Amino acid sequence: MILNIEHASFSYDGITKQFEDISFSLRRGEVFSLLGRNGTGKSTLIKCILNILTLQEGAVEIDGRRVGGMRPDEVAREVGYVPQGHRSVFPFAAIDFVLMGRAPHISTFSVPGEEDYEKAEEAFARIGISHLREKPISEMSGGEAQMVMIARALAQEPSLLILDEPTSHLDIGNQMKVIAAVDSLAADGIAILMSTHFPDHAFLVSHSAAILESGRLIARGLAEDVITKENLREAYGVDVCVHYIEEAERMVCVPTNPCGYRPRGAA
Amino acid sequence: MTSRGEATTETGQERGDPPWTVFHTGTSFTETLRRTIPAERAIYLLPIVLFFFSLFFGRYMMDPVETLRILVIGSANIFLDWTSSLLSTLSGHEVLLPSFEQTWGASEQTVIFRIRLPRVVAAMLVGGGLSLAGASFQGLFRNPLVSPDILGVSAGAGLGAAFGILISGDPGVIQISAFAFGIVAVAITYGIGRVYRNSSTLVLVLAGIIVGSLFSALLSLAKYVADPYDTLPAIVFWLMGSLSAVSGADIIAVAPPIILGGLCLFLVRWRINLLSVGEEEAQALGLDTKGMTMVLIIASTVVTASAVCISGIVGWVGLVVPHIGRMLVGPDFRKLIPVSAILGASFLLIVDDIARTLIAAEIPLGILTALVGAPFFAYLLTQKKVGWT
Repeated sequence: MILNIEHASFSYDGITKQFEDISFSLRRGEVFSLLGRNGTGKSTLIKCILNILTLQEGAVEIDGRRVGGMRPDEVAREVGYVPQGHRSVFPFAAIDFVLMGRAPHISTFSVPGEEDYEKAEEAFARIGISHLREKPISEMSGGEAQMVMIARALAQEPSLLILDEPTSHLDIGNQMKVIAAVDSLAADGIAILMSTHFPDHAFLVSHSAAILESGRLIARGLAEDVITKENLREAYGVDVCVHYIEEAERMVCVPTNPCGYRPRGAA
Repeated sequence: MTSRGEATTETGQERGDPPWTVFHTGTSFTETLRRTIPAERAIYLLPIVLFFFSLFFGRYMMDPVETLRILVIGSANIFLDWTSSLLSTLSGHEVLLPSFEQTWGASEQTVIFRIRLPRVVAAMLVGGGLSLAGASFQGLFRNPLVSPDILGVSAGAGLGAAFGILISGDPGVIQISAFAFGIVAVAITYGIGRVYRNSSTLVLVLAGIIVGSLFSALLSLAKYVADPYDTLPAIVFWLMGSLSAVSGADIIAVAPPIILGGLCLFLVRWRINLLSVGEEEAQALGLDTKGMTMVLIIASTVVTASAVCISGIVGWVGLVVPHIGRMLVGPDFRKLIPVSAILGASFLLIVDDIARTLIAAEIPLGILTALVGAPFFAYLLTQKKVGWT
């Protein structure tokens, strides 16, 4: 198990729990989708795994070590993090940005060396965005920036990659590009934890999924078992239908019409 | 410092055209020159050229070649003198090393070594130091409009200087008081930030505003009680900034902290890149953000307080110079930190040359940096390549 979370609870103020008694684990090469409404604490849970926030109870273990006792650079050598969108004030070139991923491998008073440039180039090539090398991050489209962020996390050479809503704010084409990238990284043996607002995307790449609702995991297991009509109604309060579409060769999850039935052609 | 910076530039350069291509292309001479000596390398020559220029240029104009000769032989004589006295003390009996013949007059000797050299070195230290601190703070606070006094160091130093002028008037006391109050102001700001149990840089900025206005109020009080014919003008003049009274001893006192603080910022320069993309992201990339924030604040504050205590308040340099640097070499702090230091030293050297030569009386530095800096900044904003969004 590369990631093991046991009975994790967290609270910002010590009174109201953001989430409690969360347990799940991830193997190498596994893709795990974390679903849940806005504000249920998905991002908070991710920050606890990264040891940016400290759990009240329970423990997060990465490769058998508790993150609570690890230094930031030790965590960063194991876990790559792709935050939700990026707003950099300074327009760093993509290469300088990806080089930042080498930070846990570079001592405090040094600058990136030849080897770090090579690793950064590898990360570019792995994601297939070598053409973006010199482009300033501020001039990139959302999809390009997301890919550069993934490349930066890859430059850390992590065994676990955490993506916080990687497909939000992207058009459908870029969404599928990100999903495909995630799938191919998992095939290389990297464990992937992603939070998402699209239950449908869990079907595309995930082996397993979980739904966070009111601070607890209401379902956890194989994607097919978790993403059901009942669970999604409980989590999001909408009716969905889950079907196998032959032409798409996969399960899909779509909400039913919330506006009531309207005949075609009606205004 | 310079050589390390150039080494970085070279690693960046290897990825561009191979160096021999310039000889095969049919480009014009200026184009060839531009490509063999790119702007970021030419920058390193700028302070050296300006250094010599500022030594012979002034109300008492000197011959450039003669100036160079006086500087080299005079320095050698001072060094030999110093070595003989050191050897004498060590061995216990008189040792007299030979020295070069002094072919110039005593007035030239005084102008170069007593008046211009300390002043030129001070301008370079203050300008370079303020720009370095400004660039670092802009990265730390993720805001290109931040200047080194955001945490209240200038307000503190101003009050400290006023206090020193009121109680003694001795230049040494004024400098120490200004330095100490500047450090205290930033310490209070940092303390307030800690009280809120929040390491967020926004809280620090707000605490800086609080401390800044508190110290300004106290400064107004100091001005109010000052003697309007004696100490009040001294306070006002100090607040406008000047290098006219800088002595060799001042340089010896402030050069070590400025150089050490600057070296510290230079060593962590790449890590400022990480900090500038956001605290949580930096932490996820393995950076000890709290420690790095502390290092940046301490180093920048020591540099700024040391600079301000000999020069008085010199605005605009720490804000504008990093912008010019960013336009020339881009936002990467690996290049921006050394380039800001070099440009800041050159900028203040030019401004100080104007301050001491334009009219018969000295023009306060703070007035000139604002007069030159503000329109230049307005011009920069009209340019596309501002280096931030």
